Amino acid sequence: MTTHFFADTGVLLGRSMRHITRSVDTIITTTIMPIMFLLLFVYVFGGAIQTGSDSYVNYLLPGILIMTVASGISYTAYRLFLDMQGGIFERFQSMPIARSSVLWAHVLTSLVANLCSVVVVVLVALLMGFRSSAGLASWLAVAGIVILFTLALTWLAVIPGLTAKTIDGASAFAYPLVFLPFISSAFVPTDGMPGPVRAFAEHQPVTSIVNAIRDLFAQQPVGTGIWVALAWCVGILIVTYAFAMAAYRRKIT
Amino acid sequence: MSQTIRVRGLEKSYKELKVLRGVDFEVARGSIFALLGSNGAGKTTVVRILSTLLKADAGTGVVNGFDVAAQPAKVRESISLTGQFAAVDEILTGRENLVMVARLRHLKDAGKIADDLLERFSLTDAGARRVATYSGGMRRRLDIAMSLIGNPPVIFLDEPTTGLDPQARLEVWASVRELASQGTTVLLTTQYLDEAEQLADRIAILHEGKIIVNGTLTELKQLLPPAKVEYIEKQPTLEDVFLTLVGADSKDPR
Ligand SMILES: Nc1ncnc2c1ncn2[C@@H]1O[C@H](COP(=O)(O)OP(=O)(O)OP(=O)(O)O)[C@@H](O)[C@H]1O
Ligand SMILES: [Mg+2]
Repeated sequence: MTTHFFADTGVLLGRSMRHITRSVDTIITTTIMPIMFLLLFVYVFGGAIQTGSDSYVNYLLPGILIMTVASGISYTAYRLFLDMQGGIFERFQSMPIARSSVLWAHVLTSLVANLCSVVVVVLVALLMGFRSSAGLASWLAVAGIVILFTLALTWLAVIPGLTAKTIDGASAFAYPLVFLPFISSAFVPTDGMPGPVRAFAEHQPVTSIVNAIRDLFAQQPVGTGIWVALAWCVGILIVTYAFAMAAYRRKIT
Repeated sequence: MSQTIRVRGLEKSYKELKVLRGVDFEVARGSIFALLGSNGAGKTTVVRILSTLLKADAGTGVVNGFDVAAQPAKVRESISLTGQFAAVDEILTGRENLVMVARLRHLKDAGKIADDLLERFSLTDAGARRVATYSGGMRRRLDIAMSLIGNPPVIFLDEPTTGLDPQARLEVWASVRELASQGTTVLLTTQYLDEAEQLADRIAILHEGKIIVNGTLTELKQLLPPAKVEYIEKQPTLEDVFLTLVGADSKDPR
């Protein structure tokens, strides 16, 4: 059965990619909130924020990318939930296909959809004056971090997608994630935060991921920071994958 | 005898609710077997266990020679399930749904298989439309068409004609008969007694977690004496048999 894993995942990926291309609005709506924050912070609050960098757009973009992914993955939970409700999930489960293909197709679709949203946001930032001297290697490193982060959050989204009782429950889990960047170095440097908040901000994953991306864009030495960022991504990925698979196994047996 | 489906002592509870309390039946190869029961009798539960979607608490189910608990992958290769609620992809077109299933069954020429089935289920004109625009009957026909792909030897149909108009119903019946005539074994559940009467070679009634009768239509009718009327002899309909056996207060079995 596993011999068909790639073929089956391919067929199911084609299916859910059609869902995306037939509702391009989901990619757009994913980008609306991050773009609003980008506009708001760059043109309204940005002037009052001292970041120590010459361009606030440059400072802000990495955090906005994190926010884009955090809001985009709720659609993955939503699509998975609809499959479970509609009975098509059971049809797949009763067919002789590689069983994990059903989940992998959703995960890969989430990756593609979120990367599209990220590209849209980067294009808007470029229009707003975002500039980076980063070379190909740095851009690839940024892409790598964003992909890992998206995978980690997507597997997180799979859990409510499989277990939620209502459609709202399936997507509500994303709200705290969307706001995590606010208590990080994404909008303002952590130096000015009061003690306990600062301690939280400096030790939560968003800060290290944002700092790593920012340094890559600015051609600064990333130091050990990038390893902390990668460790967070891989760590979250492993934990969420394990929990998602456990939830899946409970569902299908 | 070649019994394609063998069910022995099947039990299943949800929390303290005992849905199945030892279900036994067999279905011969190439025959149509109807499982009758009121709402909540456990018909869907039986079908889900036999199609490997649910684990029984006790008892065995063997489908096409494979144990549903021990060899679920082999069972899935032998069956096709049309669930109680149409399992179609609303966003894809009818044709895309069929092509998808054909590919997932690793068949060559998925496009031709899809076109043939569209034709056979009078969906050719609607084939390029999204399923979201289909009527309930069209959706159900597509659903059944998807289940026929790959000619599995065993087909489970859970209330295949619920919500269909009489015409669509007759079309589904014709397809089911055609399948059985080609050697496919069909297990169908229904609440429509005439459906069982029309289609099934054998009929079993599931009530309070057990099969309370199992036989051919003629055998079932013999369970009740023909009602003597003054001039003519009135044969009991299957409905009479069902209601007498299940009891008049069968509205809510629990
Ligand atoms: N996942 C579940 N959790 C708890 N109870 C369940 C679950 N699934 C089914 N039941 C209960 O089990 C009983 C049998 O359900 P089942 O769906 O098998 O009946 P059915 O004969 O198919 O009914 P219907 O004709 O309405 O489709 C019902 O009382 C139902 O409420
Ligand atoms: Mg049912």
